[in-house]
Amino acid sequence: MSNKLIDLQHISKAFDGQLVLDDLNLYIRENEFLTLLGPSGCGKTTTLRILGGFEQPDKGKVIFDGKDITDLAPNKRQLNTVFQKYALFTHMNVADNIAFGLRIRKKSEDYIRDKIKYALKLVNLEGFENRMPDSLSGGQQQRIAIARAIVNEPKVLLLDEPLGALDLKLRKDMQYELIRLKNELGITFIYVTHDQEEALTMSDTIVVMNQGYIQQIGTPEDIYNEPQNAFVADFIGDSNIVGGTMVRDKLVEILGVRFACVDTGFGVNKPVDAVIRPEDLELYALPKGAEKGSPEYDKVSSKAYELNPGYFEGVVTDLIFKGVHYEMDVEANGYTWLVHSTKMFPVGTHVLMNLDPFNIQIMNKPESEDEQAVTLNEM
Amino acid sequence: MKKKHNALLSGPYLVWTAAFIVIPLILIVYYGFTDENHHLTLSNIAKITDPVTLKALFLSLLLSAMATVICLILAYPLAMILARMKNGASAIITTVFIIPMWMNSLLRIFAWQTLLERNGVINQVLSFLHLPPQHLINTPAAIALGMIYDYLPFMLLPLYNALTKLDWNVVNAAYDLGANRRQTFFKVIIPLTMPGIVSGITMVFVPALTTFVISDFLGGSKVLLIGNIIDQQFTQVGNWNAGSGLSLVLMIFILISMAVMQHYESDDEGVSSIL
Ligand SMILES: Nc1ncnc2c1ncn2[C@@H]1O[C@H](COP(=O)(O)OP(=O)(O)OP(=O)(O)O)[C@@H](O)[C@H]1O
Ligand SMILES: [Mg+2]
Repeated sequence: MSNKLIDLQHISKAFDGQLVLDDLNLYIRENEFLTLLGPSGCGKTTTLRILGGFEQPDKGKVIFDGKDITDLAPNKRQLNTVFQKYALFTHMNVADNIAFGLRIRKKSEDYIRDKIKYALKLVNLEGFENRMPDSLSGGQQQRIAIARAIVNEPKVLLLDEPLGALDLKLRKDMQYELIRLKNELGITFIYVTHDQEEALTMSDTIVVMNQGYIQQIGTPEDIYNEPQNAFVADFIGDSNIVGGTMVRDKLVEILGVRFACVDTGFGVNKPVDAVIRPEDLELYALPKGAEKGSPEYDKVSSKAYELNPGYFEGVVTDLIFKGVHYEMDVEANGYTWLVHSTKMFPVGTHVLMNLDPFNIQIMNKPESEDEQAVTLNEM
Repeated sequence: MKKKHNALLSGPYLVWTAAFIVIPLILIVYYGFTDENHHLTLSNIAKITDPVTLKALFLSLLLSAMATVICLILAYPLAMILARMKNGASAIITTVFIIPMWMNSLLRIFAWQTLLERNGVINQVLSFLHLPPQHLINTPAAIALGMIYDYLPFMLLPLYNALTKLDWNVVNAAYDLGANRRQTFFKVIIPLTMPGIVSGITMVFVPALTTFVISDFLGGSKVLLIGNIIDQQFTQVGNWNAGSGLSLVLMIFILISMAVMQHYESDDEGVSSIL
């Protein structure tokens, strides 16, 4: 990846006195697939609108290719937008919608005809040239909106939840198509979604936002494996987030049980949050009626002990089959743990539960006012 | 059972339509194509070729077309400003512009008469300033002014409605695709608000074409519109046949103009290319 193509510097924006973006700093490299991810109302669309030029930031600058474009009109910017609600020209047919930008730039009609054909093929709507937007389904309209933007071969494509209206199968296909498109055309993508799975599968870089703040920027792996705070951990995939105490380096006490972990530098006896992914919890079924200290019990517990010198004991209280895996609730030490496993443990099974030290993610507990914004209650 | 119910409900409307729309129309057609002895004739229709009548018809067409265009040019930017304002403010200001509609039309025109008269308010102010008095009343311009003033709200309201319904993201999409303000206005905003423009034009052009009150007050007996000629046939000459014949001719002009408008409403390309 090369140099910064777009640089958002200290962007703030308020609507009616309500701060929507607060000192946002973000850069986008050429050819990057960057995703803005966050819950509804966190300022994703507002950020895109500032990039597109439809909204002026109250403070801060938008730098594009080294030039300050904060005050540049939208039609002079080298980027195109796929709007959240399609925004097709309802008085024009599909072909004229797609041709709009090309006609403005006075391309030849031959060129335009080829481009329309190419774009419709790309979005899997061949032969739709003469249809009116009103006669299309939401998903089809969305794909026309994508076609209308990409025929202009912009340097940067802004996409605001472009696959939101599509069904799962089509969404998967379009995800694949969009990535192919990006690689084929060499366009930089700035993508907005509140679907974390979509963000994880498509992006080079994910920007997790909440309430106008950037919570974390990183690769999908970073964001998933090393969430920087409880908000990110909770928003990206399911997770168990429990309070605990960092006894010393590499040893954490969670709900009264001490576990080995790999984190260091938190100090001694410091309160922390531990994030544990449901698929990282291992379950060991206890034989029916096995008492603590009995040989049957010890056989299971010594197996659990191999993974980590510390384990929970609990009962499976809920079980759902999710297709690839089973999703279970396990009551242990006063907390309902979410567990994913390919093995099934019927409701009522007594289990021991343990996990690899590597899979315990330790985070500082939020303390200052600023970090309060990170907590989960706003979701 | 249900059908019977529906027929029962629509009954009063059918009676109304027959009594006040269909029967008068038939009577006008009957009078228009007969003479006082109830013989079939085209002479009533042919009266339109009378030089005075023809002149009145052309003046009517000219003035009402002018008034319509000026109303459109005045109302469109205003409607755009109003539609883009925050909810509360636009409602109040729109109401201010609509209030004249609630006043009696005669009163409004009478007000203009007292302003424009030879010894009216404007000329009094001019003489106070030692400026020569102007000949304002009883001119085609005065009539056009009256039409514009009288019918502006009827243009404004449909335009305002159409513009508030316009999805501003679509306008942004046009900018986004490289269109400048002018291109966006003519290629996107105008076509998408065409229904409002068409009904605004119809609401102004048709009453302006048929008016006789405005020309009565502001044109005196010097400037006659086709409405005045028809009015005279009924009220002064007492020739219902001629009056009906001329009404039919006027109706044909209105039907043609509405057909043209309908055509443009469905074919947006046409409008953006003529504009
Ligand atoms: N034009 C506006 N006027 C007033 N408030 C606005 C305006 N645009 C956005 N907001 C507010 O700013 C906040 C952020 O909005 P934004 O559209 O950026 O959210 P989002 O992250 O795109 O959400 P979603 O996922 O629902 O699309 C919201 O609280 C919204 O109500
Ligand atoms: Mg949004």
